[in-house]
Amino acid sequence: MAEFKHRNIIALRDLTREDIELLLATAENMREINSRDIKKVPTLRGKTIINLFYEASTRTRTSFEIAAKRLSADTVNISPSTSSATKGETLADTALNLLAMKPDIIVMRHAVSGAHYHLAKKVSCSVVNAGDGAHEHPSQGLLDLLTMKDWFGRLDGLKVAIVGDITHSRVARSDIQGLTKMGSHVYLAGPPTMMPPAVERLGSVTVCATMKEAIQDADVVMMLRIQQERQGKTLMPNAREYSRYFGLNPENLKLAKPGAMVMHPGPINRGVEMSSYVVDGSQSHILKQVENGVAVRMAMLYHVCGGELE
Amino acid sequence: MRGEALFLCLTERWPTMTDNVTVLMDESGIKRALIRISHEILERNKGVRDVILIGIRSGGAFLAEELAKSIAVIEGDAVPVGSVDITLYRDDIKNNAPHLPVGKTEIGFSLQGKKVVLVDDVLFTGRTIRAAMDALMDHGRPECIQLAVLIDRGHRELPIRADFVGRNVPTSLKENVKVVFNELNQPFEVVLEK
Repeated sequence: MAEFKHRNIIALRDLTREDIELLLATAENMREINSRDIKKVPTLRGKTIINLFYEASTRTRTSFEIAAKRLSADTVNISPSTSSATKGETLADTALNLLAMKPDIIVMRHAVSGAHYHLAKKVSCSVVNAGDGAHEHPSQGLLDLLTMKDWFGRLDGLKVAIVGDITHSRVARSDIQGLTKMGSHVYLAGPPTMMPPAVERLGSVTVCATMKEAIQDADVVMMLRIQQERQGKTLMPNAREYSRYFGLNPENLKLAKPGAMVMHPGPINRGVEMSSYVVDGSQSHILKQVENGVAVRMAMLYHVCGGELE
Repeated sequence: MRGEALFLCLTERWPTMTDNVTVLMDESGIKRALIRISHEILERNKGVRDVILIGIRSGGAFLAEELAKSIAVIEGDAVPVGSVDITLYRDDIKNNAPHLPVGKTEIGFSLQGKKVVLVDDVLFTGRTIRAAMDALMDHGRPECIQLAVLIDRGHRELPIRADFVGRNVPTSLKENVKVVFNELNQPFEVVLEK
């Protein structure tokens, strides 16, 4: 029987295919809880989970909080405007102070890539990554895998196109790690200014010169937002030109396989990376991704609580 | 707490008698017991009206299917069957020990006002039943919950007893009672391991 032995989930890169399969199976079976009248199980009763969000978030924070509450854990939310970080406290000091209050899990989002590895060294509780800089966003990666697996019944052999700002996207990195481990074929497209050098090292991915090439006969088209807040300088002339070359619309969606899934990690800039016709169209699975997010995060919190010390 | 309900898929026949394994019931013995339990369920509830069978994963869920089949033969009416996975309701979830995989709970109907017959293969400490009852309560308020088990091996740690029992087997704590299922998930044998 498969066992999940990790105390922390910081990156899908650190997990094996078996770990990912177990998390997805648990999430699938936990979904039933979310459709009941009484949406709660007593599993993590008495556990305290701190949501430490140094970056803005609606979806992920709410989703993690709901996930924790449905497992009967107690949650505390800390955001930058109300935390001591604004008074100059370092992450390590914040962590040690929080640890003194005996939390069981710290769920953190941080603007610095790798901040979670630093945090995990400082604390004895579990650390779950809710997004770190341009590194990884494992819960989003897992919910993307679950949404695809639901629809196709498998992940093996799927052609998945990821289009947009690959350089600044932690979702893209988690998706690439997860998908290549599960046997899917990943095709990347985006403006050359937003394509990281040596991206092939992340896994067996194919970098395409044009968007058309990437989405041709794709089973899944994953669109990404332009992360202007992370881009140091201008990487594209303007949004209209970007939209023309790398935007998804009903016309170029026809290049993908009939009934291909359209996905987006959100938040969406309508009219830039995707036209509203596609966002609200029948092939869009964007809200399904959000729905699966709760079950996936429940599975993550459940399994890290049983993880061994690392 | 569920060690006694280990599920095995066998394509060949289980050894009927070795030094460590004793067969307590064979296939026809199990069948007769299940038919008797079906009659008892019908007698107690005066038919199948509002009766629902819920099996505890995984052995109990297979037995619930068998009971439903024989009730349908006796009464001519089908009873709804569901299954419950108790992993998330266990009382022995520990830190720093890998958490067990979660199985599927399939209760596709409301339990409000229904007579629920909870089905398990082996009744031992009663902790599994406690967990299953807590899980059922989260699906609505049944009129009553009755318990049907194929084997009652004693050693209760909670005030729980079965309403319908296939066979009472006095055991020592060192022994293990197992219901063995074939590849079609039909009960095949009950064995006592020393």
